[in-house]
Amino acid sequence: MHITEIMNSQTRKIHLCEQCARDLQAQSFGFLPQFEIHNFLAGLLGMGPGTAKSEERTEQAACPDCGLREGQFAQNGLLGCGNCYSAFYEQMQPLVKRIHGHDRHTGKVPERTGGYARLIQQVERLKEELRQAVAREEFEAAAGLRDRIKELEKGIGQER
Amino acid sequence: MSVHDIVDNLQGGWIGGGGPESDVVVSSRVRVARNLAGMPFPHLLNKEGADQVVGLVRKASEDERFLARAGRIELVTMGELSAEERQVLVEKHLVSPDLLNQFEHKAVAIDGEEKISIMINEEDHLRIQVLLPGLQLNEAWQLVNGVDDALELNLDYCFSEQLGYLTACPTNVGTGLRASVMLHLPGLVMANQVRGLLATVTKLGLAVRGLYGEGTEAVGNLFQVSNQVTLGRTEEEVINNLLLITRQLLEHERGARAGIYRERRELVEDKVFRAYGLLKHARILSAGEAMRLFSDLRLGVEMNLLTGIPPELINELMIASRPAYLVKTGDGRKNNYEMDVHRAELIRSRI
Repeated sequence: MHITEIMNSQTRKIHLCEQCARDLQAQSFGFLPQFEIHNFLAGLLGMGPGTAKSEERTEQAACPDCGLREGQFAQNGLLGCGNCYSAFYEQMQPLVKRIHGHDRHTGKVPERTGGYARLIQQVERLKEELRQAVAREEFEAAAGLRDRIKELEKGIGQER
Repeated sequence: MSVHDIVDNLQGGWIGGGGPESDVVVSSRVRVARNLAGMPFPHLLNKEGADQVVGLVRKASEDERFLARAGRIELVTMGELSAEERQVLVEKHLVSPDLLNQFEHKAVAIDGEEKISIMINEEDHLRIQVLLPGLQLNEAWQLVNGVDDALELNLDYCFSEQLGYLTACPTNVGTGLRASVMLHLPGLVMANQVRGLLATVTKLGLAVRGLYGEGTEAVGNLFQVSNQVTLGRTEEEVINNLLLITRQLLEHERGARAGIYRERRELVEDKVFRAYGLLKHARILSAGEAMRLFSDLRLGVEMNLLTGIPPELINELMIASRPAYLVKTGDGRKNNYEMDVHRAELIRSRI
């Protein structure tokens, strides 16, 4: 019995005898047995319990905002506050990419507090519209779009 | 309507049934995770900090502009509810089981129609969830989006330009969005096709699990399919992807049902009417057996083989015969044997 799981183009193969496969199927109807996602994440960071490094590392970096230490993340797979993402940037960046296959948000931006990010997204959208307008040879519309982009980019410069 | 009334009401929300494609899709759910800026995530909060979060959300939800945009929602702390009431909210899928751990720190806000529920201090400060009957993923997302915007009028969210909405667990970062559908797939199970199809679905970036699985099989042929990735895709892309794949599964399920009925009509009818007979006359029913029989009965209703049993009655009985509700209505009957007898009585009185 061979079970192959593919997630975000990472392949994982399990080979089992028929009886074990049946047991496994009874547990999780043919997919992988239940596991604790947070421990799994910690393992991906290479600081899971059982790795020699983990104990040395617990003495190391802590988030300046909430005080969470790397070792704590290794224990329960949860970050302590929003700032942990920048405090542990070097470790989090590859982990996030491994989980999602992407490293940049393209979705919703909060209306009131999104500020800068919102402007950037708007500019990206207008640039796409501009590209399409040029392709359709609608030069008057394109000129209007170009002016709006310039104006917004000025605003971004000021916010920065 | 207070949350206590919501606990007692077994007709509200998705349980009321209906909605598009409800012969296969029982319900659609969309939730987003949000955190408040400048505060540690819930697992690092003491009681005082947790209360502060609850207070901020309460204030935001009572604001006039919130009410104008999203309507009234009733907020209750988990500590104000009895243990049974808390469990019933889980069984109605209005809150997650996680909200029962360290419940003194946690709260939930629910609207009168039981479409919207906002969990407070679960893994993240806020989990805004909308649950609708049938296949209504876009509608659910629109509702979530509206409530999210209305709350953001008064709450500062933890947001990064690069990573989007920041969440306690990196698996939710970005949109913080998890969309899922609950599917009834007895045809594919009978045709022995369910494993293959669902394995394909997992290759497309979706996760599948048995609804009442929890370490066991998919009891009652109910499967939950949801997105995995929350970063690098827009909310609309995620919803559309799930919608598209759900439609495929839906067609396969209908095809399997029709095929089996054409080839082995008696097999389907026997299953359905046997379940009907057992549910109507049995004196002892375990939770597992009841769930299996409900699935067969539901199939009969969905295929118009049985008349006189509204689909919402099956949803209602499914919730009413889960342990928490039985304890609540069982006049102190609590051991397994007594619960099984009570379950059979309750079902018999309604079918």
